[in-house]
Amino acid sequence: MVNSMVRWLVLVCASLVVSLAYANEAAPASADPVLEARMLSITAELRCLVCQNQTIADSHAELAVDLRQQVREMLQKGQTDKQIMDYMTARYGDFVLYRPPFKSTTMLLWVGPGVMLVAGLVMLVLILRRRSRMPQDRFDPEEPEGVDDPYARPSERTLS
Amino acid sequence: MKNLRFLVPLAIFIGMVGFLFKGLYLDPREVPSPLIDKPAPAFSLQILDKPDTTFKRDDMLGKVWLLNVFASWCVACREEHPLLVEFSRMKMLPIYGLNYKDERMAGLKWLGTFGNPYEASLYDHDGRVGIDYGVYGVPESFLIDAKGVIRYKQIGPFTPEAIQTKLIPLVQQLKKEAGNG
Repeated sequence: MVNSMVRWLVLVCASLVVSLAYANEAAPASADPVLEARMLSITAELRCLVCQNQTIADSHAELAVDLRQQVREMLQKGQTDKQIMDYMTARYGDFVLYRPPFKSTTMLLWVGPGVMLVAGLVMLVLILRRRSRMPQDRFDPEEPEGVDDPYARPSERTLS
Repeated sequence: MKNLRFLVPLAIFIGMVGFLFKGLYLDPREVPSPLIDKPAPAFSLQILDKPDTTFKRDDMLGKVWLLNVFASWCVACREEHPLLVEFSRMKMLPIYGLNYKDERMAGLKWLGTFGNPYEASLYDHDGRVGIDYGVYGVPESFLIDAKGVIRYKQIGPFTPEAIQTKLIPLVQQLKKEAGNG
């Protein structure tokens, strides 16, 4: 009984130590909350190259931790958001930007979805207009013209 | 012609399969570096085994050289290392190591265990030079020409094929360029 109490106590102490250790690590390196917020808003726009589907703000990869520190220092030096973005793209390319700039290589990326949408709408309008010009009886399921309609059920064909 | 309209969805489908199939063989980790054909970022670092000696980028101006980023904690480096040791025996060009985010003792011990292909290793303890070079996955290697311009970047470990088909021909070409200029 006493033995299990001691064990339990040790476990509680150990978990406290562990949580304290983590608490230390998670503390922001900059005491200034305004700067920290700006740093987070900038790094949320940047892709972490180690774990590519996370932003640098989100990632726990070492490189992301270093880059957040780098952004903090650059902000402390009074550099603008644009200067920081330029610094990152100079090293890691446009790929770090979650919103890449519009240029010839990224044109398809930016315009593609819009083009597809317009193409789809145009097709839809064309099909609807053609249908509206068809005689009304084309849409009548009872219409006994199933002979050359490959989709008609056999029973309908025999009816004609 | 009208009877062939049923082929349209099939054609679209085949087109999509083509794109996806191509995608299977693309490596999303290989991000093209914007540093290719740009001057190698300047640095000034301690040499790994000689803490009181610093080594600068400009010390290498006039030579074609290879900068290989390694770390004792990097598993893929172990895979690549024997190839580099072997390549260094060919004495084609000086190879320098960038000991990235590592501890000095761990780095030295690692080189002692696996062999040292480097003229010297530069000690980038806080990874700042790594950031300037856009390093995001160790190992990486930069081939730098006599004018100090990065001409090629190997992301991830060198393979025997990459050394034979990419590195060696390019080194020969760059040396020729350096000789003419």
